[in-house]
Amino acid sequence: MVDLEAVAGLPGVTSTRMDGNEAVALVAREALVTVMTALRDDPRFAFEQVMDIAGVDWPQRAERFDVVYNLLSVTKNHRLRVIVATDGTTAVPSVHEVWPVATWWEREAWDLFGVVFSGQPDLRRILTDYGFEGHPLRKDFPLTGHVEVRYDDERKSVVHEPVRLVQDFRNFDFLSPWEAMTTLPGDEKAHAQRVDGETPKGEAPKGGTA
Amino acid sequence: MSEPAEKAVKTVQIDSHAINFGPQHPAAHGVLRLILEMDGEVVERADPHIGLLHRGTEKLIEYKTYIQATPYFDRLDYVSPMTQEHAFVLATEKLLGIEAPERAKWIRTLFSEITRVLNHLLNLTTYALDCGAITPSLWGFEEREVLMEFHEAACGARLHANYFRPGGVAKDLPVGLEERIAAWAEKFPNFIDDLEGLLTSNRIWKQRTVDIGIMTPEQALAWGFSGPCIRASGIPWDLRRAQPYEMYDKVAFKVPVGRNGDCYDRYLIRIAEMRESVSIIKQCLAAMKPGPVKVQDRKFTPPTRREMKRSMEALIHHFKLYTEGFHVPAGASYTAVEAPKGEFGVYLVSDGTNRPYRCKIRATGFAHLQAIETMAKGHMLADAVAIIGSIDIVFGEIDR
Repeated sequence: MVDLEAVAGLPGVTSTRMDGNEAVALVAREALVTVMTALRDDPRFAFEQVMDIAGVDWPQRAERFDVVYNLLSVTKNHRLRVIVATDGTTAVPSVHEVWPVATWWEREAWDLFGVVFSGQPDLRRILTDYGFEGHPLRKDFPLTGHVEVRYDDERKSVVHEPVRLVQDFRNFDFLSPWEAMTTLPGDEKAHAQRVDGETPKGEAPKGGTA
Repeated sequence: MSEPAEKAVKTVQIDSHAINFGPQHPAAHGVLRLILEMDGEVVERADPHIGLLHRGTEKLIEYKTYIQATPYFDRLDYVSPMTQEHAFVLATEKLLGIEAPERAKWIRTLFSEITRVLNHLLNLTTYALDCGAITPSLWGFEEREVLMEFHEAACGARLHANYFRPGGVAKDLPVGLEERIAAWAEKFPNFIDDLEGLLTSNRIWKQRTVDIGIMTPEQALAWGFSGPCIRASGIPWDLRRAQPYEMYDKVAFKVPVGRNGDCYDRYLIRIAEMRESVSIIKQCLAAMKPGPVKVQDRKFTPPTRREMKRSMEALIHHFKLYTEGFHVPAGASYTAVEAPKGEFGVYLVSDGTNRPYRCKIRATGFAHLQAIETMAKGHMLADAVAIIGSIDIVFGEIDR
């Protein structure tokens, strides 16, 4: 297990926590490269590898994107998850000089989320089609996309057209009111008491599964 | 018929020129478009264009319940379906806080290893095919068919298994399958010997692979290598050993490690791994005991068909599981397994609902393919083919 207190002591690390049995560190954007270099070179951490860089979109937040770096040390046999928050315009410093493998993952995060990486010389799209517009893994991007592709026999070429669905995409909301919606209509008073009052011992706070 | 004097001296300057390798090329193992800048026959720069098989799996998973999301993992690396499911299933179980019963764990370990043999058989033989050896693929596919039958017997499908489920496996092994696998495990090492007889000391094979695409240990680490590729570079790293999951801490196996990090070492590692897999399969079969194969909590796993037809409660559970699914407590987890190709990870973010909020798939080949320029630079064009074969890429996984 990585020494979380030592990680928290690095300048630029804003907070650390355990998520289950996985170590997580939140890092300030500006300090990312120095923190990552320290995590790689400091013998206490020795994170020789970045196994994965993932974007996560939280549209309700001001800084809506998380960039999640999953680091692995093969000599120390431990992992660390480093999270940096950003918005759609502010660039995250690229770590491709720390680990060259980061290039493609940064390209992927740019492609799918529109996260900008400063200092990344090769910020091209990677997974989507040539000439694709938009960032498909953003939560406000529809699952069906905006264009569809077909081969037009008359024009003898592939054509892009706006998506036409015979039937609207049906997105079922399975959150049953007695599980997710904790305040039933007409039940506000009882609910306020339930929330404000202490939860009985041995019982999880309401809001999870029934 | 012009006079020879007029076109006497004409300097032709040969620039390095770019060629398109793929997207449809038999040696590209899928739809890889590789832009190669050549200096004559020597590769100067390699720029892989991927994404031609991009299906938006991660986006689709966000709109599916956890049970509905599992089949997508078969379709990533379609050569080793069950290990991909394994990563997702383990991540889900970790967030749910449940643990599969012992028999389910043995079955999963068993089928992870069968999948490893399945994957290595396809990779090694087609890799040999790319280098001009046809016989290994003919023999290998015959053996693969036997393993596919085990898949079919266990889950009903040859390729897209959907067998591992959060909380266990879909159903117990049919009667007699364990004996069939045991019988296969006895004679399969003979096939590995035959395969090695064709390749290991074959002069042409060695000329095509030895000292080709060398990755030093430092390079392998920097480029995010894992699995057989990092072990070929001399780093003894295996998730089954280092961070054991399922029953891997209860079985004995060796981790083969290479010395040179070239294409030939990557071949040798996979051959050795198949032998180890057979040993693990035997140990699993010996240790397996009858018992439940799913968590006995109807909030996570469906009741039996018989129960469902008789009990009202079981019917409700069945209905709720297959429409709404289960709710996973909010949290995130990066869970990785040692897939045949290397570390296959799932970064799963749950917001407490019945569908994953975000499911990032860490594709093994994504990292390996990126290093192709480092490996192929200064080699001949034909060596690039050997390198692509040796890093074991499948585009279903890379493009997602």
